[in-house]
Amino acid sequence: MSSFSARFSEWSDRRAPTLLILPTVLIILALSIYPLLLSLYLALSRFKLVRGGYELKFVGLSNFKKLLFGSQQYHFLGTFGRVSFLEWCFLALIAVGFGLWIWRYLRSGKAGPFGLIGRMITATVLTGLVLLCLAVLNGKGFPGSLVVTLFYVFAGVSIQLVIGLGLALLCAQRIQGRNFFRLIFFIPLMVTPVGIAYAFRMLADVSKGPFAPIWQWLGYGDFAWAVDAWSARWVVLIGDSWQWIPFMFIVLLAALENQPGEQVEAAKMDGAGGWQIFRDISWPAIAPVVATVVLIRLIEAFKIVDLPNILTNGGPGIATESMTLHAFIAWRTQDLGGSSAVGYMLLFVTVVTCVSFFNFVAQKTREADA
Amino acid sequence: MSAKSTTSSPAQPAKSQRTLFQRIFEPKDIKSLSPARLVMTYSILIFWSFVVLFPLYWLLVTSFKLPIHVSDGPVYLPFIDFEPSSHAWSYIFFDLGNDTFRPYMNSLIIAFASTVLAVLFGSMAAYALTRITYRPKIMSIVAFIVILAAVVVATIAAGIPWQIGLAVGAALFVLFLLNLAKHFKRALGNNDILFWIISQRILPPVVAVLPIYVMFQQVGLLDTHFALIVVYMAVNLPIVVWLMRDFFATIPIDLEESAELDGASRFRIFLTIVMPLAKPGLAATFLLVLILSWNEYLLALFLSTADAQTMPLLVAAQNATRGPQWWYMSVLIMIMILPVIAMTGLLQRFITRGLLIGAVKG
Repeated sequence: MSSFSARFSEWSDRRAPTLLILPTVLIILALSIYPLLLSLYLALSRFKLVRGGYELKFVGLSNFKKLLFGSQQYHFLGTFGRVSFLEWCFLALIAVGFGLWIWRYLRSGKAGPFGLIGRMITATVLTGLVLLCLAVLNGKGFPGSLVVTLFYVFAGVSIQLVIGLGLALLCAQRIQGRNFFRLIFFIPLMVTPVGIAYAFRMLADVSKGPFAPIWQWLGYGDFAWAVDAWSARWVVLIGDSWQWIPFMFIVLLAALENQPGEQVEAAKMDGAGGWQIFRDISWPAIAPVVATVVLIRLIEAFKIVDLPNILTNGGPGIATESMTLHAFIAWRTQDLGGSSAVGYMLLFVTVVTCVSFFNFVAQKTREADA
Repeated sequence: MSAKSTTSSPAQPAKSQRTLFQRIFEPKDIKSLSPARLVMTYSILIFWSFVVLFPLYWLLVTSFKLPIHVSDGPVYLPFIDFEPSSHAWSYIFFDLGNDTFRPYMNSLIIAFASTVLAVLFGSMAAYALTRITYRPKIMSIVAFIVILAAVVVATIAAGIPWQIGLAVGAALFVLFLLNLAKHFKRALGNNDILFWIISQRILPPVVAVLPIYVMFQQVGLLDTHFALIVVYMAVNLPIVVWLMRDFFATIPIDLEESAELDGASRFRIFLTIVMPLAKPGLAATFLLVLILSWNEYLLALFLSTADAQTMPLLVAAQNATRGPQWWYMSVLIMIMILPVIAMTGLLQRFITRGLLIGAVKG
């Protein structure tokens, strides 16, 4: 018996490099890579319930075609309005900007085929997304789940970054009770998003919620935010920001506390103003951290589902539906192929956005820092 | 203009010469803040505390309200505005009884088990990636993906039972490793593995959840603790590897080397020397992952129906037939926050440090 255990421990020591990493690799293969391939297959086929089970028929790209050009276009991309001349000019400006960016990269002498392809993909996808936003947001169109998700991601992350950074800057001054505020501001992170959704449904109620007297005083006593598309989206966004501002705040405050204090004081001695100190000392010191927090938030923000599902149920109509919720609703109506196709589109947009941000923004701040 | 005023202030000869304006708007010395700035800072911070705490206060108050207190418009202060009632609390704890405790226990078991496993496996992998050099061959990975894709097509399209498909696929891959793999030279490094693991976090759960649903259905594990534990572990592993790798990288290697000279095995070194040193990182990672799996909603919605139902689902279900039951929801949300607050209180001093290291090194 003892010889067996001795042999086992010898074997495990010899095999340690493999044994240490194997569980993680196996779990990810089984529960990420394998499902990803399976889901690609689902996205390319039509699911049908038949007697005694189900049937999967391979239909090629028709699920994607339906989302991009067919019957589900209004749901995914949205309804297009006419893009006005000014908006075309704006788009041209963006395209020229990307063109210059790629041109500068080609002239920099460090250009390689992968870098060029990556930049072209980024430029094309982002320009396309801007065109889509222009087409559906100009008053005549109506956004689908893709643009709504982009709204949650970009508006949400910007708001969270600005408020989180502002609070962190205030808290990083020499004030009493910093730890108290740190503890209080951390709380929203701990609340389940489902709970936040219900709490904000109560708070946003203009006739029975706590702010009802204020609404009535302002003359909005019978305003139903859940019926208006934009107010419903903003309520979802506020709920999401309430939860995630603390995350930004905590990490950025820690980064600010880490920066050398002498530098700041020396700058003050030399008569630098608050804005100058922020721009020349604090910001360069925390820029890599900012980039990383924004990256983390970008990744997570694309997955938003609980808040729109509970707060508004995706409504009014499809006005607050995020892509994950869209996929979930498709799944509930037995449209497994459509659901997977939405999932894959989400994966595509997320990967392009996050990888572009990582390669072209986050890495830059780190190089500048080093 | 502000630059000029701050230069003059440290050189102030005597306090009495400062005008009222200067006394309010300029700091006394370089290290302190002017009174005006202090007032502004505190009012914003206190305002934000209000923003943070008010929704929770409202949940707490609502949990003591009768339905009539909610439907007749807002009342704010218990005992003054309205007479608090514990009807919701007694309904949740006594009338519902097991229907509350079972999801609660489910949530506790699933969240803690998946967190412990994710932190354990994740830090093993993270440790290995900082201390051991791996060189996986590119062709092996390509072969693996090709075989996996073939298995997927064979099991679904050709209707071969998945057990057979999986066994044949595994056999093929092992054969490849033993016979063909040595002919290929190009390999990846540790950073590629790390990037591959972390990038799994980008994968939106909704892409993977349908196949996972089908997989668990095939093996009859749908709506069990096991299914949710495994899935939450998989979802959170990338975060653990990300945070812990940077933490292990800051631990000096000398201790481990001397232990190795003494003949300690890798696992022994990992468990008795490295893990204790990484305590702050472990605590922060543990808390973060625990919060994420405790509050998770979408995957639970797909993978559990009754037996393994978790708390977020129970909260969401209070909206069912008679319209939203605000008072019951509030009680449930309050009792859901409690364990997390307790854990945070226990681990609070580690959080900032642990989170920062991950964010700085990324």
